[in-house]
Amino acid sequence: MTQDQIKAAIIEQILKIAPDIDEADIIPDKNIQRSLEIDSFDFLKILTALHEVLGIEVPESDYAAVDTLEHMSAYFAQRII
Amino acid sequence: MSTFVMPSLGADMESAVLMEWKVKEGDRVAKGDVIAEVETSKGVIEIEVFEEGIVEKLLVEEETECDVGSTLAIIRTEGEVTPAETPAKSLPEPVIEVDHVDPSIDKAPEPYAGERIKASPAARRKAKEMGIDLFSLAAAGEALHLSQVESSAPTEKNETSGMRQAIARAMSRSNAEIPHYYLGTSINMTPALHWLEEENKKRSIQERILPAALLIRAVVLSLKSVPELNGFWENDTSHLKAEINPGIAIALRHEGLITPALLNAETMNLDQTMRSLDDLITRTREGKLRNTEITQQTITITNLGDLGVQSVYGVIYPPQVALVGLGRIIDAPWAEGDALCVRKVMQATLAGDHRATDGRTGAKFLDKLNDLLQHPEELL
Repeated sequence: MTQDQIKAAIIEQILKIAPDIDEADIIPDKNIQRSLEIDSFDFLKILTALHEVLGIEVPESDYAAVDTLEHMSAYFAQRII
Repeated sequence: MSTFVMPSLGADMESAVLMEWKVKEGDRVAKGDVIAEVETSKGVIEIEVFEEGIVEKLLVEEETECDVGSTLAIIRTEGEVTPAETPAKSLPEPVIEVDHVDPSIDKAPEPYAGERIKASPAARRKAKEMGIDLFSLAAAGEALHLSQVESSAPTEKNETSGMRQAIARAMSRSNAEIPHYYLGTSINMTPALHWLEEENKKRSIQERILPAALLIRAVVLSLKSVPELNGFWENDTSHLKAEINPGIAIALRHEGLITPALLNAETMNLDQTMRSLDDLITRTREGKLRNTEITQQTITITNLGDLGVQSVYGVIYPPQVALVGLGRIIDAPWAEGDALCVRKVMQATLAGDHRATDGRTGAKFLDKLNDLLQHPEELL
């Protein structure tokens, strides 16, 4: 899986869990929770859904490494390949 | 034989639109089954039936605006005679409002004569109020709903949406009638968050607990020790409630907020609190709340921490007598013994109705909350 495919998978889950967000609002280097007003419940849902899709579980201690779309896709890419 | 009427979903509600029947005539229903979906200023709400029986007759067509208290359906209880033997006259005359809520709407000129847009009465009325042309919204062949009209409004007009007006009325009444008192305290959250972190390491991602659930569980347990804050002030008397149904303030992304009840939270452990809260938030955002959840709150909890504010001094939702505010958890200097250190600190506040309780009761509550959060293992 390439990093672009991972990125697409992340965007797909964000839009599924917060359907009122516009894809254009997801800016790669902006904090996902703050810029999209995603609360801790929805953020956990996104990570749970990505665990099902990608098979990687993000521990709470790694949350700082998955704060933006850019960081999150890099995080998964490192662990999938 | 009993009648099923449009329930009141808030003191400010006069009518709602029956959107969809979830049962058909002849269906067997049990207490708590969802029988219909109605559209109100709070969104689409699922309506539960309160008795067991068989749906004898549905008296109202879908997409009809009905007054609170008007008969929507007839339910036959087990063992009763069949409908043919029942004289029809013994049934209460259904009072049904069919599309004549505002006579001026019908007089409004339709831009294209003969081509009538399918829209719910509430949607029609709202469109009229907002000066929106229904033709500009309607997709071919599809009926318009209230929410579509509301969401089409320009931003400045959104300020007077149904939900905004409902909040405005409740809060004006609160501020006019309730003599509020406010208390606040700083709580060291390091022990609770540290404990939660260790607990979550043992759990799979599906079973993780969020701090919000831990906090709500702590509030509910504190209310068990200080029950005076859980209930209503009605007819100059305090009515305490045995069940604890905290209304959880949930922001909707586009606009407004709803405080649906986490029903019977006193019976839940930490895991159940987390799952129920997650479910409640999801259903709130999907517009899938039940009538009991928007009418049976016994206290309100607002957690504005997500927005970054440190303390919330809330306005009590009448007839409730208290509101708990939880602020953002920040790193702050904290004295422990002789040492000054940095700890995770949260401001917990209480707005109380001074007619029902005194500051001393509120102080006991905040003290208990603080105490529980220093021993988080007791919250499991």
